[in-house]
Amino acid sequence: MREWAQYSIEEAGGRATVVITGPMVVSSVGHLDPELREITDSIQTIDISGASPIDTVGAWIIFRFSQRTGADIVGASEQAEVLLEAVEDCESEAQIAPPRRRSAKQVSEHVGEKVVEFFHGVLAAIGFLGGVLMACGSLLVHPRRFRLKALVRQMELVGVTSLPIIGLMSFLIGIVIAQQGAVQLQQFGAETLTVNLVGRITLRELGVLMTAIMVAGRSGSAFAAQIGTMKLTEEIDAMRTIGVSPMEALVIPRIMAAVLMMPLLGFFASLVAIVGGAVIGDVMLGIPFLTFLARIQEVVPITDFWVGMVKAPVFGLIVAMAGCYQGMQVKGNAEEVGLRTTAAVVQAIFMVIVLDAFFAVFFERIGWI
Amino acid sequence: MSEDIQNGSGEDFPIHIRGLTNAFGDFVVHEDLDLDVRRGEILGVVGGSGTGKSVLMRSIIGLQMPRSGEVEVFGHNITEAEPDEEIGVRNRWGVLFQGGALFSTLTVAENVQVPLKQFYPELDQQLLDEIARYKVLLTGLPEEAASKYPSELSGGMKKRAGLARALALDPELLFLDEPTAGLDPIGGAKFDELTRELTDTLGLTVFLITHDLDTLYAICDRVAVLADKKVIAVGTIPELLENDHPWIQEYFNGPRARAATATHERGKALDKQGSEKA
Repeated sequence: MREWAQYSIEEAGGRATVVITGPMVVSSVGHLDPELREITDSIQTIDISGASPIDTVGAWIIFRFSQRTGADIVGASEQAEVLLEAVEDCESEAQIAPPRRRSAKQVSEHVGEKVVEFFHGVLAAIGFLGGVLMACGSLLVHPRRFRLKALVRQMELVGVTSLPIIGLMSFLIGIVIAQQGAVQLQQFGAETLTVNLVGRITLRELGVLMTAIMVAGRSGSAFAAQIGTMKLTEEIDAMRTIGVSPMEALVIPRIMAAVLMMPLLGFFASLVAIVGGAVIGDVMLGIPFLTFLARIQEVVPITDFWVGMVKAPVFGLIVAMAGCYQGMQVKGNAEEVGLRTTAAVVQAIFMVIVLDAFFAVFFERIGWI
Repeated sequence: MSEDIQNGSGEDFPIHIRGLTNAFGDFVVHEDLDLDVRRGEILGVVGGSGTGKSVLMRSIIGLQMPRSGEVEVFGHNITEAEPDEEIGVRNRWGVLFQGGALFSTLTVAENVQVPLKQFYPELDQQLLDEIARYKVLLTGLPEEAASKYPSELSGGMKKRAGLARALALDPELLFLDEPTAGLDPIGGAKFDELTRELTDTLGLTVFLITHDLDTLYAICDRVAVLADKKVIAVGTIPELLENDHPWIQEYFNGPRARAATATHERGKALDKQGSEKA
């Protein structure tokens, strides 16, 4: 049981005295404080001879009460005197909460900020693109500065280590497409067209698109978090002072790794998806596994392969650029790293899907259908 | 030391450590370490880099599970409790971590209020605001600092803000991990002065890890020296100067120590002159 601080009002000879008793420490004043605030009678004296032990919170409450009522403090122990003096020096009317504005004003201000931020963001993104191109240019002029080791390391992280998860995902997607397609096509007795469906959709669209989404979640976020953390710990600044360009050392290897690995991963994903489809074909439709694969070669035009391979490096570029750009934008506190990482993934996936739609129209126009 | 062992009760000795052994894998940091901290003193803890000063502090405040030994704080055995378990003494100590460890998404005032809200939910917001404000001023920060976020503060201000949070609950025991590291000499001296003042005003017991010789000379009542995985000596600086352990000799007789001694003695002489004139 906690012991709470108490007060009582004693009147003698027209003088009102507030007598405070009990421990005046932070753990025991929770109920006393609002009660003291409500006293509106005129008080001449505050007797704290019974208030012990006392800490700064207790001293503050007594001090503020005496300020408000103009009462004298009596019976202060030696320790109480010291504490009262200490808190007296710390009196202030300063606002401790950041100033708040009216909500109507806040909303318009917020909207304005967002619009300005958007344009700044566009400018900064163009600036970043320019920086990447400049770095590419200077690497062409000084090829010895190129960091092969970093590139190989990033290629391993982006490409090799993501093979299992991309493989599993693609295999399952292949199964789903073949199974769903077969159910629908069976109604027309056209279940053999399942082969066309699986082969064309994976090579043209889904293989590369799903891989890009997976790479954005896996590597784009990692880029943003790594570079963002390095920004916070001033590693990027340290690099600059030593004369190492963070663009050349961090950004270019990551972007190149993503651009180089995306076609390989996309192709791998398509193949695994076709294998998944072939398994379903064997089990559900009675098309032998090897026949399914042989049919793929006959029904899928080579342009479908090229459609996927043209899109893949572009998607890789977008994912890596979004990750590195957001990472470089980090400043301030640790929370920002999380926000920027999320932004990197969301932007990358969004842009990849928008661009995929443009590509679809483009390839249709040039006759690669 | 022997006298300490006999009388080592929780009230006279807020911190009481016996036979503490800490190890990470095969690497032994402390072995059979004993230490007592007396009520009301500022105990400086020194030692070379890697001798486990911070690890010692972490084992006292229960963040590091020792391999063996007992650590008592106010008579409560810390080592028996899990790191997050309520051990009944957390509201009696305050800790200032090396980097300040302020919560970056909260303002300084909100940082100060976190421990208050955690332990005493009955306090109303008006009082919490007042407490935060005077604590901020008590640690020598300008009043506008209360509404700022940690990322907007300088290194020295962060330390003071961290101290304000450490003092939020009016603790009896204060842990300071290298409070003056990274501060300029003037800022460092002011922080020392503040520590001494607060210790005297609030009746604190301070466990102070430091590399700063000026801090040792200026404010520490006793100094504990960590070396060879143990506390090899505890005492006032004159007592330690008589110890012939090579590390202690090197530490207190090195060029930097001599400079600090000289400053300290000049300061004392000036004080004396001043008081004689008066």
